[in-house]
This record gives sequence, C-alpha cells and structure tokens, in this order.
Amino acid sequence: MGKTIQVQSATFLPIFFFKDLQHTFFKYLLGSLITFIIIAGFAFPMVPSPQHWYEFPIIPALEEKARNIFFHVPTAWVSVVAFLTSLVYAVQFLRTKNLDNDIKSVTAAGLGLMFCALATVTGAIWAKFNWGAFWNWDPRQTSIFILLLIYAAYFALRSSVENEEKRASLSAAYSIIAGLTVPFFIFIMPRITAGLHPGSAGDSQGKGPLFESKAMATNMRVLFYVSSLAFVALFYWIWNLRVKTERLLLHVHENVSS
Amino acid sequence: MKSAIAIFLKDVRSELRTRYALNALLMFVVTTITIIIFAIQSENPSPFILAGILWIVVFFASMSGLSRTFVSEEERGTTLLLQLSVHSSAIINGKIFFNVVLLLALNVFTVLLYFFFLPEFFIRNYAIFLLTMALGTFCLSVSSTLLAAIVAKANTKGTLYPVLSFPILLPLLVTVIDATKLAVEGATFTEASGNFQILISYLITVFIIANLLFDVIWKD
Repeated sequence: MGKTIQVQSATFLPIFFFKDLQHTFFKYLLGSLITFIIIAGFAFPMVPSPQHWYEFPIIPALEEKARNIFFHVPTAWVSVVAFLTSLVYAVQFLRTKNLDNDIKSVTAAGLGLMFCALATVTGAIWAKFNWGAFWNWDPRQTSIFILLLIYAAYFALRSSVENEEKRASLSAAYSIIAGLTVPFFIFIMPRITAGLHPGSAGDSQGKGPLFESKAMATNMRVLFYVSSLAFVALFYWIWNLRVKTERLLLHVHENVSS
Repeated sequence: MKSAIAIFLKDVRSELRTRYALNALLMFVVTTITIIIFAIQSENPSPFILAGILWIVVFFASMSGLSRTFVSEEERGTTLLLQLSVHSSAIINGKIFFNVVLLLALNVFTVLLYFFFLPEFFIRNYAIFLLTMALGTFCLSVSSTLLAAIVAKANTKGTLYPVLSFPILLPLLVTVIDATKLAVEGATFTEASGNFQILISYLITVFIIANLLFDVIWKD
C-alpha cells in the first residue's frame, strides 16, 4: 500500500517540487508578514498627536489596550471565515456525496474552533484589564461562548457516529442548522443589546465595529486590515496542510481495510 | 399532506396504546416543579425568576420527551418500513405535527400546575404570555424534532441530545424568557412585538430547514 503512493509521487515529482517551492515562498512571506504585524502591533508608540507613520493616536478609554485590535479581532474574523468555509463545504458534501468535501469541512471547523478559542482567550485577557474581570457575560462573550458550544457539539456528534458516510452527512446537516444561528449570535445580538464591548449599542464611540469608527487612525486601520488578511492567509495555509494529511490518512485507512 | 396526517395518527394511536412518553413526561413535570417548590419554600421568589424557571422545566421536559419520536422507530426497527411507505417530507411533517401536539398538551399541564402551586407567578398581560407560550412551543417542537432525527442515527442518544440542542435552542430560549418577563411586568403588546418577530422568523427558518435537510438525515 505504501508502494502505490511512492510510485504516484515519483511520477509527479517535478510538479510536486515546483508546487513545493511556491509553498515555501508563501510560507516565508506569511511568516515575515506576521512577524511584522506582531512587532508593529506591540511596539509602535502611542502618542497624543501622531507625527510619523509609525505613531498611533491614543483612543480615549482604550489607550494601550487598543493594540488588542490587531490580534483579537482578526482571530475572531478568521474563525467566522473558517466556519463559513466549513458550511460551504458541508453543503458541497451534501450535493456531491464526495468525502473529500467532508474532509475540507471538518478541518475548517476544527481550525475555526481553534481560532475561536484564541479570540476568547485574547478577549478575556483584554477584558481583565479593561473591565476588571476575565468573564463578564457581556453579549459578545455570550455569543462566542455559544459558538464554542456549537462546534464542540459538532465534534461530539462526529465522534458518536461510526459509519464515515453517515457521519459526514449528519455532521454536515448539523453544521447547516447551527450555521443559521451563528449570524444571529455574531452580528445581531451583540449590537441590539447594550454591553461593555466596543461597538455594542450604547457605546460612546458609536454603534458598529470599532475599525469603522473615526477613532481609528489610517495607519491603525491599514495595520488592522493587513493583520486580518495575514490571519486569513495563515488559516488557509494550515487548512491546506491539514486537508492533505487527512486525505493521506483516508487513503491509508482505505488501503488497510481493503 | 394526507400521508403526513396518517403518520401523525399512527403516532397518536401508538402513544395512546402505551402512554409511554405522556406518562413519563407528566411525572417529569410534576417532579421538577415539586423540587422547585421545595427549593424555594421559605423564599419569596420574584415572578421574573419564576418566568425563567418555567422555561427550564419546559426545556428539559421537551429534551427528555421529544427525542422519543425517532429513537422509538429505530428501536422497533420500523425505520425501513416508514422509508418504503411514504415520502420523507411526509414523515418529518407528521412527526413535527405530533410533537407540537404533545408539547402543547404538556405545556398546558405545566402552566396550570405552575399557577396552582406558585401563586407568586402573576401574569399581568395574558395576551403576551399566551402568544409566547404558543410560539415557543411551536419553535421548540420543530427544532427538537429535527435534532431528534439526527440523534436517532448516532450511538450515544441520551447524552448527545441536550448537547446538540442547547446551542440551537438558545436564541429561542433567550427570546421566550425575555417575552415571559415582559408578560409578568405588564408591558404593552407593542413592546413585546420584537420578540414575536424573532420567534416567527425562527419558526419559519427552522421549519424550512427541517424540510430541506430531513431527506439527507433520514436516508442511509
């Protein structure tokens, strides 16, 4: 069984080599970009009246804690992107019944769960210094808690079904049902109920996401968008790797069982 | 439509013959409410807390009762027969219909018992309360029927059901608890209309999704 895979990779070796080179380039580009974002996000000074391109203005009531926007908000966004990817491939699976789509869907959901946990942790640490406690049951925190619950339930469901096809279609159906409640929790509930989180109803800086408000300077906004893009690229890279490993595992299982 | 009603009648008949779900659920509600009364006997609970507790009773009663619909088919081995005899949309609609009736009967009983034992639970606006109970029952039974279909195919049926349902039902529960509090408070009907809009849109979405997805869940 190992033989067939070896033969296949030997025939397509040049292509693989070329693709590998591209991946290496992508990897290093992404690595340096994220390094830049981390350095810039933590080290660029915050001054009352910025003169240079690397100086951030001070946002009242947030001050130095505003730096979290370069890390916390992108991770939260990436988790939404990941869950959407998972949903899209779940629908694709139900249409095609191709297990490859299920692999894509489940790995995206797993990564979404990871980024969601990261967003929760960064948010909780930030909340400790801004609101005084790690957990306040703010509408945002409630909604992210529910998101974590949904996808934990998704994996609980997956582990309790043995048949691969059945597992794939049941979990796809569940992620579609769950996907209907996600927009309600992420976009609607935090903005209609008053809360502590920046951007909730009753915030002095105005309703809506902080990065759209006037308090953000142009350089902060640029760094924020670059960071969001970099995190999405990071997700894409990890996702690709995991899809490949899962595919190989599926191959191995099929060959062992047959 | 005809076959959906046939499925509904079949379930009603088999339920009346054994009275398994109904008896167990009535006992469940009586037990839970008794525990609540003993827990708060010397306290003077505010009607707002009682509004929340009412929905806790309803949620767990439906969690223990409504999963039966599909699990019992799997246990009796009648799944294949149902698949062969009628179209799957008839099955889901018949089952939803049955669960709505079951939960409606159960909720009428729960509310009556609640009023009987807990005089502190005083409703100021009955229109809001009744509409909330009705819409909440519809939403709860439609979404739990759909989830029961998923759970019936899994291995760990009993524990998985509340785990899967909770995140899906939470927007519903938040809204109905809020609306019940408004009814207790004596708010006007227009003040509660936002909650009813959420409930109605939730009901429509879940009903459509149930009809779309049931085919995939049901067929092996």
